[in-house]
Amino acid sequence: MAERYISLEGIGRRYPNPAGGGHTTIFEDLWLTLPKGTFTCIIGHSGCGKTTVLNILAGLDQSSEGVVVVDGTAIEGPSLDRAVIFQSHALLPWKTVIGNVAYAVRSKWPSWSRAAVLEHARRFIALVGLAGAEDKKPAHLSGGMKQRVGIARALSLQPKILLMDEPFSALDALTRGTLQDEVRKICQETGQTVLMITHDVDEAIYLADRIVLMTNGPGAVIAEVVENTLPVTRDRLDVHRHPAYYPLRNHIIDFLVTRSKAFEAERRALELAGTPWQARQPRLVRPGFSDPTLAITPATAAMSA
Amino acid sequence: MATDRLRALALSVLILAAFLLAWQWGVQPDPAAGPAVDPEYAKLVGAAAATGGQTPMPGPLEVMARLWHHLADPFYVRGTNDMGLGIQLGYSIARVAAGYVLAAVVAIPLGFVIGMSPLLYRALDPFIQVLKPISPLAWMPLALYTIKDSSTSSIFVIFICSIWPMLINTAFGVASVRKEWLNVARTLEVKPLRRALTIILPAAAPTILTGMRISIGIAWLVIVAAEMLVGGTGIGYFVWNQWNNLSITDIITAILLIGLVGMVLDQALAWCARAVTYPE
Repeated sequence: MAERYISLEGIGRRYPNPAGGGHTTIFEDLWLTLPKGTFTCIIGHSGCGKTTVLNILAGLDQSSEGVVVVDGTAIEGPSLDRAVIFQSHALLPWKTVIGNVAYAVRSKWPSWSRAAVLEHARRFIALVGLAGAEDKKPAHLSGGMKQRVGIARALSLQPKILLMDEPFSALDALTRGTLQDEVRKICQETGQTVLMITHDVDEAIYLADRIVLMTNGPGAVIAEVVENTLPVTRDRLDVHRHPAYYPLRNHIIDFLVTRSKAFEAERRALELAGTPWQARQPRLVRPGFSDPTLAITPATAAMSA
Repeated sequence: MATDRLRALALSVLILAAFLLAWQWGVQPDPAAGPAVDPEYAKLVGAAAATGGQTPMPGPLEVMARLWHHLADPFYVRGTNDMGLGIQLGYSIARVAAGYVLAAVVAIPLGFVIGMSPLLYRALDPFIQVLKPISPLAWMPLALYTIKDSSTSSIFVIFICSIWPMLINTAFGVASVRKEWLNVARTLEVKPLRRALTIILPAAAPTILTGMRISIGIAWLVIVAAEMLVGGTGIGYFVWNQWNNLSITDIITAILLIGLVGMVLDQALAWCARAVTYPE
């Protein structure tokens, strides 16, 4: 990768066994680089540690080993450079919409005047389409509107990276679609670097430039990084008609259904073939028409039977 | 909604009327009994002895007349044993306020520290559990012996009885602030003092206010008993003094006023609690 804007370098997370003696390894020796201005999704089953990866990057959790480097510096704890959009929106219920956003703005720029803080907050509230709702309390907003406030709060910090932990999973399909459109538009316009956790394949394909596939935990690894072969200008409503869509989607679904739990065998096969899997340099794949995973393999035949 | 409230009000008035009627009927003197003693003797020894040493139970009309009499001139002072009810209530409220404010000043910051430190929470828990159930009046002799001033002692008793609900609720409220709000503060690099004032305090405020409301209720219960013990001034002393005077009418009047003041104090705290409560 030409530009290592953000890189995870050999991070691992272990928890001591509750019964005593030894540790459970959620994941170890995880390497990943996020180039500036890219949108990356991590996809994997529950328990593979994808949320832990995000929390370590956010500084909310600590890695047992390895370092995270952001813009040339190893991180220590949370930072205003890395904004988090929480799954549960995590708005402060006693503050209004603008109060919540202004709280973040004031945290980042304590020396700003009150008027400047409110002006900045208002700009980002308008950006997520909530102009006019500034003085409402979160309890009076719908789930989608609450998440918009969470997005406005994170964006208002103008962070180096935006971290999203399944931000749309609690929303209904219609709201989710609209928010995906807006997040994609905003991120493209601002050139925001984003890391998002999801288990929704279509969401990952629509939003991400690169999709990181994680195997099942414990002992999860990054199996490969899938490059999104769809054009950058894509429309949510007819993205599925693009010829590259189904090869991409099938590749990811195949991974989640079969390969994610049998990656150890695949790893040995790669070893024998002379192209060993490397933790430091996960393979970059571009699923297309000639992709071998489209062929009927014994595994996929067994699935359809 | 409005009709429901109106119905409840009508029922309340009905219950009050029924109670007052029953009371009036219950205290009617038995006409058959007649005067127990000679009228001349009664004139000599006073009304109390005239009915055979028993003070007749006053009816609601007498109490209302007495209440009106007290309310017409609540702040007179005619010697140490004869002061207006307003003055007596004022003494009691001032003592409660002093003890209560002192308790809040100690309990809320201490509860904050205990709530934020699981170690302190566990270390101080046994002491709190032992001290909390002690009747506040049990401290009175110790307070009188060490402080040597009856009025300060009753303030101390108010302090000791109102500290526990505030301390326990503050610690609990602070300890159970939602993790996600603390995570928001962490990702925004909020400094500890700002985090305490802008995240933890508003998040725990409803729980803290609930503790303060429980405390004011207990303090108002205890002050009456404490003033009966130490004497001198206050509504508790007034009740005891009127018992010595065998003036049941004054006692019932005072009981009514104690209830009303207690209700006002409780409602004031309830109003504060509503002001800091946030819907989730």
